[in-house]
Amino acid sequence: MKIDFLLNGKKIELDAAPDRRAVDLLREDLGWTGTKEGCGSGECGACTILVDGESRLSCLMLAAQLSGKKVVTIEGAAGDPEIRPIQESFVELGAVQCGFCSPGMILSASALLKSRQYPSREEIKEGLCGNLCRCTGYHKIVDAVGEAARRLKDGE
Amino acid sequence: MVERRKTYIPEIGRTVIRADAEAKAAGVEKYAADYYGEGLLWAGVRRSGIPHGRIILIDKSEAENIPGVKAVLTGADVPGANRQGIVHKDQPVLCDTKVRYCGDAVALVIAESREILKQAIAAVRVDIDPLPGVFDTDEALRPGAPLVHEEHKTGNILLQAEIRRGDAAGAFAGCDAVIEESFEVPFVAHAFLETENGIAWQEPDGKITLVVSTQAPFRDKWEISGALGIRMDLLRVIGPYLGGAFGGKDGATVQCLLALAAQHAGGRKVKMLWDREENFIAGYKRHAVKMEYRAGAMRDGTLQALHCRLYYNSGAYAHLGGEVMALGMEHAGGPYRIPHALIEGWCVYTNNPVAGAMRGFGVAQVSFAFERIMDLLAAKLDMNPLALRRKNALRRGDSNSSGVTLTGSTGIASCIDAVERHPMWRSRSAWKAEAGAFKKRGVGVAAVFNAMGYGRGLPDSAIAKVELTPAGKIRVYCGVSDMGQGNATAYFQIAGQILCQENSSIELVQPDTERTMPSGSASASRTTYTYGNALIRACEELRKRIIGRTALVLLADTVERMELLPGKVRHLGTGREVPLSGIAAMMSEQDRTCIQQFIMPVAGDSLDTGKAFFIGFPHLLFSYAVHLARIEIDELTGRIEVKDYLAATDAGRVMNPQAYEQQVQGAVAQGIGYALHEEVLMMEGRVLNPGFAAYLIPGAPDVPEIVSLAVETYEESGPYGMKGVGEVGINGPLPSIANAAADAGGLHITRAPLTAERILEALAQAGKKNGGKRK
Repeated sequence: MKIDFLLNGKKIELDAAPDRRAVDLLREDLGWTGTKEGCGSGECGACTILVDGESRLSCLMLAAQLSGKKVVTIEGAAGDPEIRPIQESFVELGAVQCGFCSPGMILSASALLKSRQYPSREEIKEGLCGNLCRCTGYHKIVDAVGEAARRLKDGE
Repeated sequence: MVERRKTYIPEIGRTVIRADAEAKAAGVEKYAADYYGEGLLWAGVRRSGIPHGRIILIDKSEAENIPGVKAVLTGADVPGANRQGIVHKDQPVLCDTKVRYCGDAVALVIAESREILKQAIAAVRVDIDPLPGVFDTDEALRPGAPLVHEEHKTGNILLQAEIRRGDAAGAFAGCDAVIEESFEVPFVAHAFLETENGIAWQEPDGKITLVVSTQAPFRDKWEISGALGIRMDLLRVIGPYLGGAFGGKDGATVQCLLALAAQHAGGRKVKMLWDREENFIAGYKRHAVKMEYRAGAMRDGTLQALHCRLYYNSGAYAHLGGEVMALGMEHAGGPYRIPHALIEGWCVYTNNPVAGAMRGFGVAQVSFAFERIMDLLAAKLDMNPLALRRKNALRRGDSNSSGVTLTGSTGIASCIDAVERHPMWRSRSAWKAEAGAFKKRGVGVAAVFNAMGYGRGLPDSAIAKVELTPAGKIRVYCGVSDMGQGNATAYFQIAGQILCQENSSIELVQPDTERTMPSGSASASRTTYTYGNALIRACEELRKRIIGRTALVLLADTVERMELLPGKVRHLGTGREVPLSGIAAMMSEQDRTCIQQFIMPVAGDSLDTGKAFFIGFPHLLFSYAVHLARIEIDELTGRIEVKDYLAATDAGRVMNPQAYEQQVQGAVAQGIGYALHEEVLMMEGRVLNPGFAAYLIPGAPDVPEIVSLAVETYEESGPYGMKGVGEVGINGPLPSIANAAADAGGLHITRAPLTAERILEALAQAGKKNGGKRK
């Protein structure tokens, strides 16, 4: 079926099987491999994308569900003033190790910071509980999200 | 806090933003899993699904006839030895006569799409005549037990070994206190997020290139060459940054299968990507171990004697089983002086998934046992647990329980001091008294260590290569993979430090068997130490060359007062400068490239023990740590919550404080998973929880704030005084949390993980002991 949606600000029109998984459409068909897949069953959060501003798991979405939506993947983060500071604080504060969870983690953090401007450390942890990381122990991820919240507030 | 300057010279000893962080956070770093290609084919494996049996028939006709199936291959189609394995070649690429675990590969399918692949894998008809299996080490060692490898000379015993020092049996008689206890730890999974995968293709001249998520690209080449009979010069392995590995990608996963698939793909790219379930079923695991301990001490706490018997469950194949057990045995006595020790080990084949390397390589298991024993001894002798550990702590110049003289940095006593001084320890009584209703609080410690490097019997070698590029930049050819631990950034710092160049002028090439030099695996806490030492030599040589060649350009009669500065060389005397691009232009490629090798020093003692070990025993250098856990137990649910965590670590000098903390915090979080939840559940060799819904790894809310104290020693042999920090942190959480549970309510836990169910049971046991009264 014909699907059109906005991907990182660009209009995308393509033919895809309606049951094609969104993660495959993004990674394989469109070559945006920043979105990762860690489990294929909605448990690890590595495939998190933003759909109309909400965090969604692209391994559990079908291509047809993207139709008519505004989709942001990690590759679109640099151009987004609300996500860029999160990306920067992840880099500077050491929240990235193997980095395979980072794209999903950053996008989940952006959804969290949209709903809560000044989250506590506990709230950050709860907000990221759908994203698994096996390298960092989360400590520096929580640091980075807290720092990003501060920078977003201060308009740095 | 990190400086937010965009341009800086990466130097040693300060927090340097990881060289890989920006590309990873932007989603543009390409992992092996991110490689696709025009006309891509997909390869996948039909697995046995049966833990032990003889192959009667593999009928591939139905699968072959599915449109879009390119090839279906079986053991008969494997051109070489069809055997892989790092030390013992006992694992078929595709099983030919029998299957030894449920994840054994019996057929390889290549198809036009993932959908067709799935259909075709299911359509391969496999008739296996089941054989009785062995799953537990006790079962496997019983006389007459079914044999996993009939041809193996010592039956189901892959390796039996002992480490003997003094006269343990005799020494127990003179001990004032003796503790005897058995412990058990399960198989656990690495649970890296990027599952095993790669892509491969064959050029018209026969050459096969693989891009693989691997910890050992050079060894992969040897494995593929042997298993498939392909000439080494016809193989190229490229190893990009990995999405985690922790030991689970040290050894063949997809490599031989992919190379075989490439031979049948008609020059097209072929990709294999295990899904999470396949990762659980066919991926490597941490060894399950049963441990019987007996330890004796004098009234003043001086350790006298140790006897332990360790049973490592290797699963269906050897992989690194013998070497993992060797390291476990070498650490079985803890970081203590024990004059009389007898450590016996059996590494045993069973019909379970294959166990292999995992962070803490056999040591995480024994750490649970020896550190519970230390607390039991402390209780029996009515001693402070830290005082007992300090009394016995190894010092530089001592011999450890294998008889190796510790000539290098040995900071365990300083780690004990650091924890003892810390408020988390000093305030423990008050903190425990604040427990709410139906809660019990406890504080536990554990002193642990972890060897660095391969040990005796094979060279722990790295060959560094660094180039001044024609553009005047510095390019480091990393021979060792970076699976996320950050060694590539350490190389970036070394190059910056010695060559005085800015971050934007230093490029890193990730492992590629045609561009980088063989430097061993990313394992054994060795990557920064070994490759780093080689790189220091290579960078110093390059520095000399650049200055020497500048003298030619400037017609200087001496290299005195010639300084390498960012992007240029300046003659301080005259102020004249030459850009590095200008110097590079007059150098040949050979002149611009420096290659240097380093081999890690080994123990000099000639030991009359541990003779059964082929390789990997003994070690000379160790990192040390003392961990403290403060936990709260919910008496109604049995759930343990780790409230605070402290890790004092001696890994020599710190090269990059942020990267050091990353390793400590990450290892502790993994260790908390090992302590509380993680267990690959199996029923007769079948994995019952092959996914993150039922195999729980810690999420953000499960991990407390982790305080890391760097207790710096100076390791003279290490680059800038450092030692490896990647593994030691995994060894502390299980024993410190188990000791905290004992402290909280007399709970004597001998089996990991400390699930709520086990805690409730232990609470009931403790209640009975106290006459049914709640304490």
